[in-house]
Amino acid sequence: MSKSNDTMGKTLGVVIGLCLVCSLVVSGAAVSLKPLQKLNKERDTQRYVLEAAGLLDQANGDVPATFERYIDARVVEYDTGDFLPQIDPRSYDLAMVARDPASSAKPVNDVASIGRRAHYGVVYLVNNEAGELDTVILPVHGYGLWSTMYAFLALAPDMNTIKSLVYYDQGETPGLGAEVVNPRWKAQWAGKKLFDETGELAISVVKGGAPAGDIHGVDGLSGATLTSNGVNNSLEYWLGEEGFAAFIDKIRQGELNNG
Amino acid sequence: MAEQSLKQVLTGPIFANNPIALQVLGVCSALAVTTTMQTAVVMTLALMFVTAFSNLFISLMRHHIPNSVRIIVQMTVIASLVILVDQILKAYAYDIAKQLTVFVGLIITNCIVMGRAEAYAMKSAPLPSFLDGIGNGLGYGFILLTVGFFRELLGSGTLFGFEILPKISEGGWYQPNGMMLLAPSAFFLIGFIIWALRTWKPDQVEPKE
Repeated sequence: MSKSNDTMGKTLGVVIGLCLVCSLVVSGAAVSLKPLQKLNKERDTQRYVLEAAGLLDQANGDVPATFERYIDARVVEYDTGDFLPQIDPRSYDLAMVARDPASSAKPVNDVASIGRRAHYGVVYLVNNEAGELDTVILPVHGYGLWSTMYAFLALAPDMNTIKSLVYYDQGETPGLGAEVVNPRWKAQWAGKKLFDETGELAISVVKGGAPAGDIHGVDGLSGATLTSNGVNNSLEYWLGEEGFAAFIDKIRQGELNNG
Repeated sequence: MAEQSLKQVLTGPIFANNPIALQVLGVCSALAVTTTMQTAVVMTLALMFVTAFSNLFISLMRHHIPNSVRIIVQMTVIASLVILVDQILKAYAYDIAKQLTVFVGLIITNCIVMGRAEAYAMKSAPLPSFLDGIGNGLGYGFILLTVGFFRELLGSGTLFGFEILPKISEGGWYQPNGMMLLAPSAFFLIGFIIWALRTWKPDQVEPKE
């Protein structure tokens, strides 16, 4: 190693040159791969929306076309439950909006530890062949044991009967908490009711297993109490006042039937 | 360090001079990504790519790197390569990238990459350095795949997601071993591998103090 390498000029030259080359490579890759990554992300979301809607088998690999045909994504204001047709749901980046203080706020009662909530959210309306409303899909998320877990909750038009709960992004313990994606566990959600006769939220994941015939209970995940609590908290938050409560009321009153 | 043939450079790190088993580097990621075979394979390929190319570039620059900032120069090269891998995975293997994102980022701090850049590439020609990177990637991969094989098979009853041992919860007979899914089991397995390697190659055993 020659001594000349350690002069001030050479050191600066090498460092600056290296930084230039590296930043060109990194930014070049980031910019040129961006469209592909965005497409992947959109496809991924669409795939899970279709899974929640029970249309994945039907899609037969052609996710974008099936999504286009049956699914109507809309932006909704949480507080009023109103649709905001002026915002394009495809370009509405929920993760980014939720970070911006201008378009989001800290929840008053943050049971699901979500940190910030955007003023507007996206819902997916699923229409059947005849063009009638068949399923409403609400995105929910909340903190489990290690990670924020993101899911789609699919409801029948009565806004009470669950069709499915599909987790699409979570980092829980594989084999324990990550069993939220296990098909057997997911199958239990179908047909359960969210609210009891008095209209109170009654759905819950029951530690040790729900009694047979309980229309509001789903078996807890064994060895994953905190993840199960996280699922409960997510549902409690997103179906409550700060979540989709206003929107659910609107749908119940037949908002969509009148166009 | 004695002159080695290129073949030795490439194959040495697999058993004789394994980065995890003998040098005990890069253990943290070996615990994190070995619950399934699929993530272990992708992580191995990603690490191999980063180690090989960071060794290559650092070796090419080795006569020009000022001694005072050499670690920073190495880190810059490694970090750039890691970001490149992460971006490529996100673009072409999105499902796997979703599972691995955090760990791919952590390749930057993987001691194997830094260790090889500092210990080998700084004083060797480009070709052997490149092969040394591949070799260490293979050695890392050997441990990852062995650990991943046992953890996925015994913990989930599957290999690469295909069912091998039908689980009780799915109507079969196998009661999965939950501990295999948690990080400590990787310590035990790596311990067993080190034991086996040192029984086979007693020269790896450290002399008694």
